[in-house]
Amino acid sequence: MSARRQQLLALGIAAAGIALPFAIPDFRAQIAMLWALVIMAQTWDITGGQTGYNSFGNILFFGVGMYASVVVQRDTGLDYYAALALGMATGAAIAATLAVLLGSMILRMRGHYFAIATLGLGIAAGEIAGGWDYLGAGSGLSPPLFPAPPQTANLFFAYLYFALAALTFAALAALYRTRFGLALNAIRDNEDKAEAMGLRTGLYKITAWTIAAFVLGLTGGAMGNMLGFVDPRDTAFAGATFGVWMVLMAILGGKGTLWGPVLGATVFHITQELLWTHLLGWQRVALGLIIVGIVVFFPQGILGWARTRWPARHEQREQGSGRA
Amino acid sequence: MSAQLAIRGASKRFGGVTANDDISMEVPQGRIVGLIGPNGSGKSTLFNSIVGYHPVDGGSIRFEEREITRMRTAEIARLGLIRTFQQTHVFVQMSCMQNMAIGDAEAGRGLLRLMRPVSAETRERAETLLAFCGLYGKRHLMAGELSFGQRKLLELAMALMLRPRMLLLDEPTAGINPTLIKGVIERLQRANREFGVTLFVIEHNMRVIMTLAEHIHCLAHGRLLASGSPDEVRRDARVLDAYLGAR
Repeated sequence: MSARRQQLLALGIAAAGIALPFAIPDFRAQIAMLWALVIMAQTWDITGGQTGYNSFGNILFFGVGMYASVVVQRDTGLDYYAALALGMATGAAIAATLAVLLGSMILRMRGHYFAIATLGLGIAAGEIAGGWDYLGAGSGLSPPLFPAPPQTANLFFAYLYFALAALTFAALAALYRTRFGLALNAIRDNEDKAEAMGLRTGLYKITAWTIAAFVLGLTGGAMGNMLGFVDPRDTAFAGATFGVWMVLMAILGGKGTLWGPVLGATVFHITQELLWTHLLGWQRVALGLIIVGIVVFFPQGILGWARTRWPARHEQREQGSGRA
Repeated sequence: MSAQLAIRGASKRFGGVTANDDISMEVPQGRIVGLIGPNGSGKSTLFNSIVGYHPVDGGSIRFEEREITRMRTAEIARLGLIRTFQQTHVFVQMSCMQNMAIGDAEAGRGLLRLMRPVSAETRERAETLLAFCGLYGKRHLMAGELSFGQRKLLELAMALMLRPRMLLLDEPTAGINPTLIKGVIERLQRANREFGVTLFVIEHNMRVIMTLAEHIHCLAHGRLLASGSPDEVRRDARVLDAYLGAR
């Protein structure tokens, strides 16, 4: 896409983000969820797509944010919005710290070994939270009630997640244009060479994962409030849903691209909402079929497929991360 | 005079195989030095030990008076000791300009210095060096679209972008068509002359190394067999034996 068309597209999406909650007020909750999924796909792609480090454990950061936020709301006694803001910030800070600590241990592992090491993170966190009384153990936690009717709550979360998704997108678009973005791509393409060039690959990988963790901490921080309950395995460390979805959405749209995760999350969310209503009881089967379909027919994602189909429209840009 | 690169008694074993056995040699500043030897004589192993890809089992390696024996690859690279690979290593899904921009040593490698868009100075340096390597016209192509020979040239340009003090080149002309070889030799000589980069070159093509190098070390069976000027090495009976088999 040319820079001009990208700007137009971004403007169009921004207009939609502002107008949609009023245009179709019955779907405010789904709209909020759409933006949250967009963020999850975008953050997963920082390491998974741009750096070539597939993480199956990013749900950890999401769940930590969710718990931290609700605990802060429970224990500080501040009014709703102040406690939520402080809680989200706390969750993001803890998630980022965890990413630094865990990253300095497991990001030394290359490729598949890293992926396997991350597999257990979300599960372990779910087990810990499920057995920790301070966090409500197996029955989880209940966030405070939103101080307005549900429709207003949904409007609030739709705009909150839209703002967060837009900020994340803008920040990543800028990040991928820096030499840091190039260094992440270099690690993806050939880590040995990157090291032979004197790049501090370990530091860059940890930084990338930490950025993802920070944003996911914020995302999870608001999600507990939006869903109305925090459960160790069903909402917070929900590896089988959010945890898998974030990987899937990024791959579906086209991993390692700026727009791919956004597109993938949108297509995925709409498809999934349709399946939910028409295939009640069969969602998991349908999801499985979607996964197989994506891997077989769109291994490079929708954008990757489009690029092979119409190569002329996707001529390489001169600067930036190279793949729009 | 002390050498820029000094190897003392370097040994490296892989299981029962002794790849390098008590090798000592020097590479003086600003020169072009060759490293030859039959297949399996331990040349690439020695290179890998020097750049910290794997540590030596014994001996020491010093670069510009500094002990680098136990240092890691990236640290050694930051000192200005850069190696290129026998099988080319470039970032195939990135354009040539991007391949160049990442490595700009002048723009820095620290996290904060990296968190900036590619500067005009970096682009200018990249274009100059790509032109130097004859790749200016291809600068916006993906590195993966280049031919093998062009990738080798790109790798050289990328290495120069790092402002190296010494380049370790592993078979810079292997797999390149004969017409292009001449261009590679000229560029290496110019890099040595104009940028003052010391070159330490593994090469199988005898004509290339005899033209290029001022001094040659020859390995055989993991040991240093002979050292000297190209003429001396060429006439050395032991070197001929190693290559052609003892009579």
